[in-house]
Amino acid sequence: MTTPPPDGLEPVEASDPGFWHLRESYTFDRNVIAEIRRAANTGIYRIRGWGAKRHLPTLDDLVFLGASMSRYPLEGYREACGTDVVIGEDRAERPVHLKIPVTIAGMSFGSLSAQAKEALGRGASAAGTSTTTGDGGMTEEERQHSSTLVYQYLPSRYGMNPDHLRVADAIEVVVGQGAKPGGGGMLLGQKITERVAEMRTLPEGIDQRSACRHPDWTGPDDLEIKIGELREITDWQVPIYVKVGAARPYYDTALAVKAGADAVVVDGMQGGTAATQDVFIEHVGIPTLAAIGESVRALRELGVHRREVKLIVAGGIRSGADVAKALALGADAASIGTAALIAIGDNDPAYEAEYRDLGTSAGFWEDFQAGNDPAGITTQDPDLSARLDPVLAGRRLANYLQVLTIETQILARANGKSHVLNLEPEDLAALTVEAAAMAKVPLAGTDWVPGVG
Amino acid sequence: MKRLFDLAQVSRRELNQALHDASDGESFEVTNPRGTHAVACGITAEIDVVVRGSVGYYCAGMHQRGRVLVEGNASTGLAENIMSGRVHITGNATMSAGATGCGGLVVVGGNAGARCGISMKGVDIVVGGNVGHMSAFMAQAGNLVVCGDAAADLGDSIYEAQIFVRGDVESLGADCIEKEMRPTHVETLSRLLAAAATVPAVNGPDPADFRRYGSARRLYNFTIDDVDAVARAARERSEQERDTRAA
Repeated sequence: MTTPPPDGLEPVEASDPGFWHLRESYTFDRNVIAEIRRAANTGIYRIRGWGAKRHLPTLDDLVFLGASMSRYPLEGYREACGTDVVIGEDRAERPVHLKIPVTIAGMSFGSLSAQAKEALGRGASAAGTSTTTGDGGMTEEERQHSSTLVYQYLPSRYGMNPDHLRVADAIEVVVGQGAKPGGGGMLLGQKITERVAEMRTLPEGIDQRSACRHPDWTGPDDLEIKIGELREITDWQVPIYVKVGAARPYYDTALAVKAGADAVVVDGMQGGTAATQDVFIEHVGIPTLAAIGESVRALRELGVHRREVKLIVAGGIRSGADVAKALALGADAASIGTAALIAIGDNDPAYEAEYRDLGTSAGFWEDFQAGNDPAGITTQDPDLSARLDPVLAGRRLANYLQVLTIETQILARANGKSHVLNLEPEDLAALTVEAAAMAKVPLAGTDWVPGVG
Repeated sequence: MKRLFDLAQVSRRELNQALHDASDGESFEVTNPRGTHAVACGITAEIDVVVRGSVGYYCAGMHQRGRVLVEGNASTGLAENIMSGRVHITGNATMSAGATGCGGLVVVGGNAGARCGISMKGVDIVVGGNVGHMSAFMAQAGNLVVCGDAAADLGDSIYEAQIFVRGDVESLGADCIEKEMRPTHVETLSRLLAAAATVPAVNGPDPADFRRYGSARRLYNFTIDDVDAVARAARERSEQERDTRAA
């Protein structure tokens, strides 16, 4: 927080004509000034969650064309429109069957309260989809409340236990995360409670900075051997995913396929549940929109697209429109993190007074690392986390997932598709030149794809 | 009775499945490993496995119970994430031996390469020879015993793990310092040397010849300044002085 103005003086209101001669600098706006003052006061970089906040080209810059003379739509509520996705049927004894093309992204117990993890498990299970562990191991509660649970295998290996590996429904080898491709997670001292410290074998109360690189493999050739080991240890029962932050999606996807992944998870820079350095969040990685097409191109060239290797896209997915557009561009499923937290109660305006006490406001709460979340989600404080009713919060998430799914079906039917995975790039047009170039679909009203012919 | 698996004849899958299906007390002998990766990984029963020859990556990975003895060398990630039990190789190990291990004992008769004991979380590792650079990097708990020398940046960013080195340490990593050998540490070290003593190279070293290294704990929490608070306090002091003068 910055020093308030002296008594009796209120900050300038833009609506007051008496101040209309003042022109705020685009380069040094008040937000920039506040950050420079904060840095000068504390000597430490800014840490936060909530993903890239700057304006980015997004899936909103695409529209569906819908049905017209040459193709007919399907009747809503009458004609079937499938939504199921299967992952790993080629190699795993027990492939993952998802009823809907939306999954819950990895978030750890530790970063989230036990109640929040339970709510995610309940909501996802009711909707027929999977949840994912995070950097900190698997809890009993989490396994119990998630019918399909993906176990993350991370650089830090906090809480990594082969027994958990064997009871998981899939394993996700995390190479990187959209918020911070190339960076490790951060959890500040208040959240390293006795239970979290014990699960991670760390001293209680330390400011944890997780490893950013796996300790026992470097590069795709090693990863292939590592995936072989994971398959041997789990007797080839479950699918293995590889998660990468959106950095070089064409090459990263091709290398993940070569390493033997059953699914590639590509996480764009809008991915927001990771708490890390602001400079990392805003300046490393590429937008989700720009990553999808490149991953799909790699899968197509290798002949595995929509076949042996599935593509899961994450990073700023908010609506059925986002899901449908990601699928149309070639993803097999979309994954949500921040949106799921909002659905269960993150940034709830009901706690406005408490947000104000913390120097923020509902809609701006982003200190996921700090542990004092008024909504009881990104905290280990027993009183705060007790505020979240996991049953009701789970119901909210199930409702939200249902809306995402039905919205996706609405758009698929409008384009004449009897399964959401039949959506294709030909159903889309771009509203901006940037989006046309990134997604490789024509600019609306033209047949022009920048960079292609 | 010992069950024999010749990896020139049967697949790794068959071997590992047999080990996973084994009952407590069974014994296995593996021949012709020829650098195969992930040999004898994921063992959960109280069994004995002897591997005659050198193995590839992740031998005895995620080991949970029983004993694995490798008569030869091992490549990257020997006994990675070991939970309990014992893994023991007579030759050299390359990178990341015992990485992230949570318990049990890893014995390397020869030398271990870079990052031995990286992110270790409770395992005990005894190396008869030298260890490579950045060993015990980010080591969280457990003991790394090095009977020879340690290469550069030993124990970088270490947490509560302990390192014992008999020979020279080329350099210590960030936040790693030499610490006093108290009787309790001599006791721990003696116990580990005795436990590893089936390897000739580590028979006999005197615990008194070792030095102990661990965390200075200076990186545990961020250093956060608050210039505003200092400025506020100075302002209040000068106001108080002015009030005193006025009175």
